[in-house]
Amino acid sequence: MAQGFNRTEMLPPLPPPVTERGAIKWLRENLFSTPFNVVLTLFGVAVIYLLLQSALPWWLNSVWNAESLSQCREIVAATAGPDATGACWAMIRERWHQFLFGFYPPAEYWRPILAFGLLFAALAPVLYSGQKRSLTILLGGVLAFLLLTLYLSAAPSSVFVVAVLLVLGMLALVQMQPGKLIWFTLLYPALTFWLLWGGSVWSPIVAMAGFAILYGVFRLASPLIGLAPAAGAGVVAAVLWWLYIDVPTVNLLQSALPFSIPAIASDQFGGFLLAIVIGVTGISFSLPIGILLALGRQSDMPIVKWLSVGFIEFIRGVPLITLLFTASLLLQYFLPPGTNFDIILRVIILVTFFAAAYLAEVIRGGLAALPRGQYEAADALGLDYWRAQRLIILPQALKVSIPAIVSTFIGLFKDTTLVAFVGLMDPLKGVTQIVRADIDWKGIYWEPYIFVGAIFFLICFGMSRYSMYLERKLKTDHR
Amino acid sequence: MAEAAQMQISDEVAIQISGMNKWYGQFHVLRDINMTVQRGERIVICGPSGSGKSTLIRCINRLEEHQQGQIIVDGTELTNDLKNIDKVRSEVGMVFQHFNLFPHLTILENLTLAPIWVRKVPKREAEETAMYFLEKVKIPEQANKYPGQLSGGQQQRVAIARSLCMKPRIMLFDEPTSALDPEMIKEVLDTMIQLAQEGMTMICVTHEMGFAQAVANRVIFMDQGQIVEQNEPKEFFNNPKSDRTKLFLSQILGH
Repeated sequence: MAQGFNRTEMLPPLPPPVTERGAIKWLRENLFSTPFNVVLTLFGVAVIYLLLQSALPWWLNSVWNAESLSQCREIVAATAGPDATGACWAMIRERWHQFLFGFYPPAEYWRPILAFGLLFAALAPVLYSGQKRSLTILLGGVLAFLLLTLYLSAAPSSVFVVAVLLVLGMLALVQMQPGKLIWFTLLYPALTFWLLWGGSVWSPIVAMAGFAILYGVFRLASPLIGLAPAAGAGVVAAVLWWLYIDVPTVNLLQSALPFSIPAIASDQFGGFLLAIVIGVTGISFSLPIGILLALGRQSDMPIVKWLSVGFIEFIRGVPLITLLFTASLLLQYFLPPGTNFDIILRVIILVTFFAAAYLAEVIRGGLAALPRGQYEAADALGLDYWRAQRLIILPQALKVSIPAIVSTFIGLFKDTTLVAFVGLMDPLKGVTQIVRADIDWKGIYWEPYIFVGAIFFLICFGMSRYSMYLERKLKTDHR
Repeated sequence: MAEAAQMQISDEVAIQISGMNKWYGQFHVLRDINMTVQRGERIVICGPSGSGKSTLIRCINRLEEHQQGQIIVDGTELTNDLKNIDKVRSEVGMVFQHFNLFPHLTILENLTLAPIWVRKVPKREAEETAMYFLEKVKIPEQANKYPGQLSGGQQQRVAIARSLCMKPRIMLFDEPTSALDPEMIKEVLDTMIQLAQEGMTMICVTHEMGFAQAVANRVIFMDQGQIVEQNEPKEFFNNPKSDRTKLFLSQILGH
């Protein structure tokens, strides 16, 4: 026999052995790779089984159509046997509007709905600055949302037309000059204030004029007396405007050109309407205040520095509930008699301060993470303090702080449920208590909390996903 | 070295430092500094680490504050007056050891930022200037990348271009090649030599003695916060006067 070998036929490729393929490979590698992991896997499967065994029937026996909890139980007993348990979502079906709006009059539901839809239009230029495509998609979503919900809430046809034209106008603006959309963002707070609380259309307009006066005085005075004194003069002028000129002007304008919608008192607000009003206002004002506090804490000017440190440490050292009690009780003793300072406004101010103090420390961490060279390079190019901060320092410091900032925002939003302690109707405790006090739903326990928790989860998870998107978008260091 | 002789030095005074002292707390870091820089001069400052050479040039654009004496840059005295400081800083370019580019901006944005916000140049014009200087430092193709995507040598050339976009009358270099890999030092030095040949007033803290010999018209040796010796390069390297200078030169040129 010769030792030589000559292949006459080439081998076709074969599939890999069954243990190295698809699901089996995945199982072997991820679940059963070592004996210890086999034990852990079996234990985990057992735990999941037990959880499902106790919870799954409850979900599967859900009842959506019933008049009361006892009726729910009867239906469950009739369909699944006398010992079966079942969720009673009929309560949500009957009371969902209270979870969303509190005691806001149903005929006016279109107002918070419109404000909520426009909120996203106002956020759009902040969330997706200058990105035509994302802006268009978001505004399209707002339009669809408003078309549907305004129709369902039986909004007056004039409102319907105005809202649709407004959003269409913004869509057109985005196609031409996406940067200009920020003007709507600036007007949005006044518009929403008027939509939610109602009353004369002139009160938000005249109040906004205070800001215009602040800016006008600042612009006129800053070449003469310098930036900081001019800002001070502007604030004084605006406060004088709000204290002494605001109300008479509103009355005058209202008597000359009356236009108003029904006023809604703060104690009728509740549920997620309240949580979102407090949360969104708190989030949008706490960030700029937090930035100023963080910069103040690093300032060379001793008084600015001490004030910032004192504010931050005081607010952080006190529980939020203490501040809320301060808002609801103490402020009334300190304010001049006869001032009617709205409870929601007071709570918003203190929640904002609370979040701002935390944000200040988060942002200080971001500032500390920047190399000194960045400050020096900005200085060496002749940029003044505010330009260096705005163009060089803050974009980088805020970028590294995004995860912590969004955590603070999520915390703030969830903390809005604490307003229950000062008698406001938050979705978790306030509304649930009211629902459970009803004789029909007495004894219902899991369902309202699951419902409210699910909505909170959706909103907070959304914020979290957006922050991850933002981090990816801003990643330019290529490390 | 023939090129160095051709470069013009005018009688106009660019920087005048007289009787300047600086302390860090108790530590006397700069002691009785007196120097005059003529427009068009290329000065190399060398010395052992901790001798105060970086601190000295950082005083010239007020990144560091001096406590005694006078610094006059282009006829403007540096005091606590912020207007004067900003004026001097916009006239004086600075290049750092660690480049200090802005990592969140593209190369082009790095270059146009200060002209747009400090000099109020229209955006398009600032971009044209930026591209002109990027071509000069031979990396126009990197304009839309971020600093993190460039090599060290490229980043330092961008940093030089960024300073030049402000059309400075004086350039300060603070150890511009110390953080670079050896093969990248040459590309940065070439850029600096080119700048010197165009008549820029330059003060350069560096240990690149070859650069000093090729370009400088004066070498200053510092030790313990004071100017120990200064001379034209040929004299300085071939015939140092003080023992400290001799020791330093033997250490730095010894191998």
